Amino acid sequence: MSAWKKHEIFEKNSLILTIGIVVMISIGGLVEIVPLYYLKSTIEETEGMRPYTPLELAGRNIYVREGCYTCHSQQIRPLRDELERYGPYSLAAESMYDRPFQWGSKRTGPDLARVGGKYSDEWHRDHLINPRSVSPTSVMPGYPFLAENKLDTRDIREHLELNAVYGVPYTEEQIQYARADLVAQANPDRGDIDGFEERYPGVAARAFDGDPSDVTEMDALVAYLQMLGTLVDFELYDNNANLR
Amino acid sequence: MAEHKKEIDKLSGVETTGHEWDGLKELNNPLPKWWLYLFYATIVWSVGYWVLMPSWPLVSDYTSGLLGHSQRANVHREFEAAMSERAETGNQLMEASLEEIRSTPELLEFALASGGAAFADNCAPCHGTGATGFEGYPNLQDDVWIWGGSMDDILQTISYGVRSEHPDTRFGEMLAFGRDEILNDDEISAVANYVAAELAGTEPEDGADLDTGATVYMDNCAACHGDEGLGSKELGAPNLTAPNYLYGNTVEAIEAQVNNPRHGVMPPWIDRLGETTVKSLAVYVHSLGGGQ
Ligand code: HEC
Ligand code: HEC
Ligand code: HEC
Repeated sequence: MSAWKKHEIFEKNSLILTIGIVVMISIGGLVEIVPLYYLKSTIEETEGMRPYTPLELAGRNIYVREGCYTCHSQQIRPLRDELERYGPYSLAAESMYDRPFQWGSKRTGPDLARVGGKYSDEWHRDHLINPRSVSPTSVMPGYPFLAENKLDTRDIREHLELNAVYGVPYTEEQIQYARADLVAQANPDRGDIDGFEERYPGVAARAFDGDPSDVTEMDALVAYLQMLGTLVDFELYDNNANLR
Repeated sequence: MAEHKKEIDKLSGVETTGHEWDGLKELNNPLPKWWLYLFYATIVWSVGYWVLMPSWPLVSDYTSGLLGHSQRANVHREFEAAMSERAETGNQLMEASLEEIRSTPELLEFALASGGAAFADNCAPCHGTGATGFEGYPNLQDDVWIWGGSMDDILQTISYGVRSEHPDTRFGEMLAFGRDEILNDDEISAVANYVAAELAGTEPEDGADLDTGATVYMDNCAACHGDEGLGSKELGAPNLTAPNYLYGNTVEAIEAQVNNPRHGVMPPWIDRLGETTVKSLAVYVHSLGGGQ
């Protein structure tokens, strides 16, 4: 009975109760969250991860702006049926440059973590403009304005800078030439494609919206969708070294 | 804490907390026993869990637990088990020719089942759930083939795609006669009318100059589409006498294509789906009705 008596201190003093709650939650946080920052095993060793190009980053911002994550997850769970349908399960390393991550929790539509390369640019354009044109029973809304809206590139450099503050390893050059690189990736014939290829080796550059005349929001979103899940080289990735 | 006298409620015989609000008092009942023991049980359970399962973070690692549980190891095991279950039939499928597959019910059933499932997940968004296609995405049910309808042709198309990024992709391009100013508007209009009237069998425009159209066709188009318009599988130039045009067979649609060809892209699947699934898909597509 005496232990219960001691507990009365909390029950009868709201301030002490508040302090008690804060202490308990802090312990939970220390044990569950803090180790993720220092444990090496949190993030797998992979080959191929790189930060987003400016165009992909702009596309990602549109993905967030339009709320695509409300219907699409980007997280293939380690379950057999998901592996069979979507491919290798998602690794923590694959979202290490995502601020914030787009794992999502709702699948009205399919998971998009490995959609890169699955369809053609043209299909993505048709589908985003009017999903019913290729998937007659789709409940996904159309986004026809993406093909018309010119991409706002004024603050792309700041977006890279902010990501760098959070620890995304953009080089000074990449930040300095952010806008030029964005244009070059969507418009290789007009922009400084050599500079882009030097700063982002091996990254695909083309008119993602099918129209090389200007850079639209469609260019950015399709560039983003086409790289999703394609970075990690699973031929080199060692499953057994990264069991969790 | 102010000491208060022990006050017992007369009706229930239970001690009160000593607080009073407008004459109402609160009884100080103990926690229900079932709740309390369940609470203790969860504490005991958590200790067992710490010992058996991965739980506590350490300085450079974490306790991995006596059971050695790993969700990733589990799914690798399950996945490999499922694969090896299918491996035997899958290997037979890889070795078998089309005739052998057709005459072995077990193989055919396997190929159609796994091919059909893979088709729904990967191909239906472009070719339609019934494989009847959309504008720009060919119908796979009919016997009109751009790249060939034999088992080997289909297998190759599915494996490496068309105008894809794969080094072994099928590739064929048509000149942008309008955009690159190879033909003028009159010539384009004439040849589009010629193709519509003489090859596709659709209505030409009133007063169309079909003779000029025929000349332009022979000079510019026949090299790829053939004198008779039957197309070329090597070049991926479609048969222009076929009923289903990818991009429509009206004069307007043909003009648009001659001005600026669309050059549809079909992705490669061999790396994403693996050879067994791709072979199953080829058997499935071949079986849809148009296989040769
Ligand atoms: C109301 C829910 C909803 C929203 C919002 C939504 N989608 Fe979808 N999406 C779907 C559904 C349902 C499908 C499956 C049918 C289809 O293909 O259209 C789908 C399919 C897709 C596919 C094809 C995936 C595959 O593997 O077949 C892509 C790519 C896609 N959506 C991208 C997007 C993008 C980008 C956005 C934001 C601009 C978005 N979606 C917003 C519901 C949604
Ligand atoms: C992104 C859209 C897209 C997807 C997804 C797709 N295809 Fe295609 N496919 C096309 C296009 C476009 C063509 C026609 C290319 C051309 O112009 O020659 C084509 C052509 C083909 C052909 C050749 C048709 C012919 O007439 O020779 C076959 C066979 C085929 N696809 C099978 C498949 C299978 C099987 C899948 C699923 C594994 C698939 N496709 C997925 C777009 C797609
Ligand atoms: C260098 C070879 C080549 C030449 C020359 C050529 N074509 Fe084509 N043609 C193609 C290929 C390859 C395609 C498929 C391209 C695509 O999907 O956009 C095609 C597609 C077409 C189509 C669309 C068929 C459909 O199913 O919708 C039409 C119509 C057509 N060509 C007409 C012409 C005409 C008219 C000319 C002459 C002015 C011509 N082509 C010259 C190779 C050629």
